[in-house]
Amino acid sequence: QLSLFRLTTKRLFSTSHSSVDSEELKKFQLLAHKWWDEEGEYSALHSMNDIRVPFIRDTLLNMSSNYHLGNPLSGVKILDVGCGGGLLSEPLGRLGASVTGIDPLEDNIRTADQHKSFDPVLAKRIQYKSSSLEEIVEECMETFDVIVASEVVEHVADLEMFIKCCSQVLKPEGSLFITTINKTQLSYILGIVVAEKIIGVVPEGTHEWEKFVPPEELERLLESNGFSVKTVKGMLYNPLSGSWSWMESTSINYALHAVKSGAQGQPSPTDALSELENDQPSATAGTAV
Amino acid sequence: TSAAMAVVCGRGLLAPLAGRLRAGPSAPLRSVAAAAPLYDVVVSGGGMVGSAMAAVLGHNIHFHDKKIALLEAGPRKEYDRMPESYSNRVSSISPGSATLLSSFGAWDHVCSLRLKAFRRMQVWDACSEAMIVFEKDDLDDMGYIVENDVIMSALTKQLDAVADRVQVFYGSRAVGYTWPLPTHNCDTSPWVQIELADGRRLQTKLLIGADGHNSVVRKEAEIKNIEHRYDQSAVVATLHLSEATDNNVAWQRFLPTGPIALLPLSDTASSLVWSTSHEHASELLAMDEESFVDSINSAFWSNVNHTDFIDTAGAVFRSAISLLKPSGTAVRQLPPSVAKVDPESRAMFPLGMGHATEYVHHRVALIGDAAHRVHPLAGQGVNLGFGDIACLAHHLSAAAFNGSDLGSLKHLLKFETERQRHNVSLIAAIDVLKRLYSTKLAPLVLLRTWGLQATNALPPLKVRMSLQWGP
Repeated sequence: QLSLFRLTTKRLFSTSHSSVDSEELKKFQLLAHKWWDEEGEYSALHSMNDIRVPFIRDTLLNMSSNYHLGNPLSGVKILDVGCGGGLLSEPLGRLGASVTGIDPLEDNIRTADQHKSFDPVLAKRIQYKSSSLEEIVEECMETFDVIVASEVVEHVADLEMFIKCCSQVLKPEGSLFITTINKTQLSYILGIVVAEKIIGVVPEGTHEWEKFVPPEELERLLESNGFSVKTVKGMLYNPLSGSWSWMESTSINYALHAVKSGAQGQPSPTDALSELENDQPSATAGTAV
Repeated sequence: TSAAMAVVCGRGLLAPLAGRLRAGPSAPLRSVAAAAPLYDVVVSGGGMVGSAMAAVLGHNIHFHDKKIALLEAGPRKEYDRMPESYSNRVSSISPGSATLLSSFGAWDHVCSLRLKAFRRMQVWDACSEAMIVFEKDDLDDMGYIVENDVIMSALTKQLDAVADRVQVFYGSRAVGYTWPLPTHNCDTSPWVQIELADGRRLQTKLLIGADGHNSVVRKEAEIKNIEHRYDQSAVVATLHLSEATDNNVAWQRFLPTGPIALLPLSDTASSLVWSTSHEHASELLAMDEESFVDSINSAFWSNVNHTDFIDTAGAVFRSAISLLKPSGTAVRQLPPSVAKVDPESRAMFPLGMGHATEYVHHRVALIGDAAHRVHPLAGQGVNLGFGDIACLAHHLSAAAFNGSDLGSLKHLLKFETERQRHNVSLIAAIDVLKRLYSTKLAPLVLLRTWGLQATNALPPLKVRMSLQWGP
């Protein structure tokens, strides 16, 4: 108990230098045990797996030439930032990846640890740690092949620092996947008024419109911090069917894939190659280079 | 879908879904469960459908690293050499089922053992001249008559080929199942616990019940089953024809007591499936071989059930059709006559229909006769089961490639919706046909006579029926 108190105070004092927002923590604390109820408060995140997991999987498979369909992400080291109860870490683990899931809230980590513990395969492939992103930077420099930050950047205090830290722990030419919410009138009406207050598919108070991130701003921050944005796709949630789908417009939810540039920020031969590939029409819509 | 309703209306209205997620009286304790080996999928029941399910998953690329188990109560049977004589238990395999079996290499084995393709199916009434003929325009095979033992032999071979992924437990009857709570806590295991008769225990992320129409999985999961025992039994036997012929037609005649079918096995042999009253069935089994053969020939050839009225009405309707659609009436062919029956090949078994109200629960799915049981008059029984397998394997394969929890209701419900949509109308139609053809009452005979004649004359309807009853 005492150590928890000390940790919390440490975080409160370091708020201004951290990407973690303590107000946000309080919101999620109450729901720490509800993660794995597929029909509960987090049902929309559960069904989001139906599009975000294939998006991550197929993007990585397209970039690699050496994989086995029975174990598609085998050998890939993934960092799941803001992993919550492990909703995204587990499917990635099942596909063969070695996943490190971090979340500033200890109760979330406890829920995640407990849920994976029954499956010996997952228990080995996934490691959870209660931590903020900055706290692991020193020991994890250029460690990960992939970072996923899904439904996280709209909750962080300092987005630019968050992106810088991502860059530090990511290997050169590693991939960064982000899903988040745009800052538009439409996202206010649908994402907050309808989703939280009317239908209640998102717990009330989860999101603050002020902290939503438009894709243009996210791209700008990424490009000026050593990333090359490869794909931006709009996502749409249908509350009647409880399912997500892709859409052309990024005015509500969207997903983004960026690649950290090679050593010294020079475009590497592989970078040039993937730029060429992106110029060709591809099945994944909405490429933004 | 019920999942959608839950989302829109808040968790309060979880009632439709709640029943599927309800736990049994005692959820398994973590400490006890931890010792039992954990499988990704356990298939309970090693008949044709259960074995095929395990084989399909075992050969699926996305299940390459998964652990599958098949539980079969009986002993392992060796099928190295097929006996000279034909077995009396045969199935009519549709082209769709053949496609499924070839998708994992089993159909090649079947072809190398023995099977009989048929190109034509003639179905006619005992009470009138009405008949309907099914055949494909391009002279393709309509279906195949295969002995069940041949199918099992092919399936066993393909299971052996993936023994590193699929473990088959013979002589293993499951006696108890413990269901997990939908949202588990740290004390209870999230997996299904299975207890075998010899005390061994298994755990699994998904349990597939393929244990027949008296399914224990279905009963233990407390899934309601609509069932009805027909007052009919089926008599099966292996018959030898009077003369060798191009035996590529399946014959079925609807007698008032029930349909009699002759399914080709070779140019000289056919399999009998005669559905009739329990008393008549026992008589047929008891009588000497000559009388038995006489009864069969008489059933196919005699016109004793015709009445002048129906014959006239039928003839009038037929001439009307031939005016409108000259090609719409076909000549009735006569089935081959039977010379003798294989001794020891006569057997009977009671018939019934059944349909489970739900095919899936959290971490449980029913396939084959465990989910639905039909009258053999349409030759659909095992094909429905193979259809279930194709659908479930498709959804499980996608779920595995998405890294999903295999026992999740999300994709299991998709399987249920697809299959129920397909099965319910077919099962109802077969039941209606059975009842419609079980009478001599003139109005109903007239109805079905005209109906049959009309259906025979209308290609679109006939094609749709063929397709529906096919894959």
